[in-house]
Amino acid sequence: MLSIFHHIGKYFLLLGRVFKSPDNFKLIRKQIIHEMMSLGIGSLGLIAIISMFMGAVVTLQTASNLNNPLLPAYLIGYATRESFILEMAPTVMSLILAGKIGSNIASEIGTMRITEQIDALEIMGINSASYLIFPKIVAALVFIPIIVIYSMFLGAFGGFIVSMYSSGMTIESYVTGLRYDFRAFSIVYAMIKTVFFAFVITSIPSYHGYYTRGGALEIGKSSTKSVVYTSIVILIINYILTQLLLL
Amino acid sequence: MIDVKNINKSFNGKRILHDVSIGFKQGEINLVIGASGSGKSVLTKCIVGLHEVDSGSVEYDGRDFTQMNFKERKSIRKEIGMLFQGSALFDSLTVEENVKFPLEMYTKNSKEENLDRVNFCLKRVDLLNVNHLYPAELSGGMQKRVGIARAIALNPKYLFCDEPNSGLDPRTGIVIDNLIQEITKEYNITTIAVTHDMNSVMETGENISFIHQGKKWWDGNKEDILKTDNEELNEFVYSSKIMQKFRNI
Repeated sequence: MLSIFHHIGKYFLLLGRVFKSPDNFKLIRKQIIHEMMSLGIGSLGLIAIISMFMGAVVTLQTASNLNNPLLPAYLIGYATRESFILEMAPTVMSLILAGKIGSNIASEIGTMRITEQIDALEIMGINSASYLIFPKIVAALVFIPIIVIYSMFLGAFGGFIVSMYSSGMTIESYVTGLRYDFRAFSIVYAMIKTVFFAFVITSIPSYHGYYTRGGALEIGKSSTKSVVYTSIVILIINYILTQLLLL
Repeated sequence: MIDVKNINKSFNGKRILHDVSIGFKQGEINLVIGASGSGKSVLTKCIVGLHEVDSGSVEYDGRDFTQMNFKERKSIRKEIGMLFQGSALFDSLTVEENVKFPLEMYTKNSKEENLDRVNFCLKRVDLLNVNHLYPAELSGGMQKRVGIARAIALNPKYLFCDEPNSGLDPRTGIVIDNLIQEITKEYNITTIAVTHDMNSVMETGENISFIHQGKKWWDGNKEDILKTDNEELNEFVYSSKIMQKFRNI
């Protein structure tokens, strides 16, 4: 139990170092752009495939469960939209990104630690925590909300494709459902969640990578731990924010 | 000149350095030698501030490094170059970007000036046409040279080398030793090299400190080391068969 508090304390101390004023804004800006390319653009393909297939499956499952003639067919599109905006895009995609981006960050920083690259930065008088972690957090805060919106559209599009080829629903009823009773606050809610998740997805793996000790085996362990803890924290934050924002 | 005075350092209650005091001279290669686990790497990390000392002081030309905060230390860190055992080049940057890194961080030079300096440093370590290669594309010896080029990019007053020729064949090791020696003389740098390689000791040892069980056990130069009657040092120096044969000649 004490170990948990030790890690939480160490995590916040590291964040204190991350948000100290950077040594050189020009280099940090360059790093932010680099991180956006590697963490953000690099995830678009995976998110596109997952979102479209999940959108298609959610649509099919909803259609198979709504076979009562008293229920209007447009509810299929409505259910797909709501599940994607409220949960699938922000939470499930964040969990997927925690696996992809999180393990990447933990192993990258962990390797830099054990190959003394972080020591090299420190000896040059550079705040290594700020130089390495701050650009990743900023890049994630900017790019992950964009990825989540992209996922919402592609999820709905996946359902649209299915509605073209499946019996029991029409394109018109699916599109009517997508537009039915739309509340802009759902998007705001999803974006608030996403910003918190983006912070967690980058900061927790950075912490695990930064304090890696040992060799290749420990890098693997750090990477695994970072994905596990990030996922748990995302689920806890998801519950707390839903309670606060929706009820 | 770097003065280490009465340094003590412990980890988790285990004392690694015991009251170590050493003076490192300017314009010379100061070797810190000792067996693995003797505390020589911890000593170097304490000197450069990667580990905080428990007590004692480290003075860079009279400036007490141990009493400074992170910002104050920056002025001294700009004067330090370090060559790491594994080179510690940034994997994601090319050779040119690695050497340019400290220049971009600390100078307001134009791009052209930085590039000139990078090319000068690379030429100084005999590396040509490698600017756009990544560290993974270089041999161990070449990586060490790039490490030296990066270390000298800001014209350091102090150069630290952690096992500069480990992992290299003896011939390349000597080339790296000679390069460090030339640079030390040329720029009148205070160079501290940690090693357990006797080739290096005999090649470059002008001012040698032997660390044993976390204490400074002996000091002298490469001539003295062959004549010493210090038992622990003799065990270290003559541990290999080739050195034992050499002693019997």
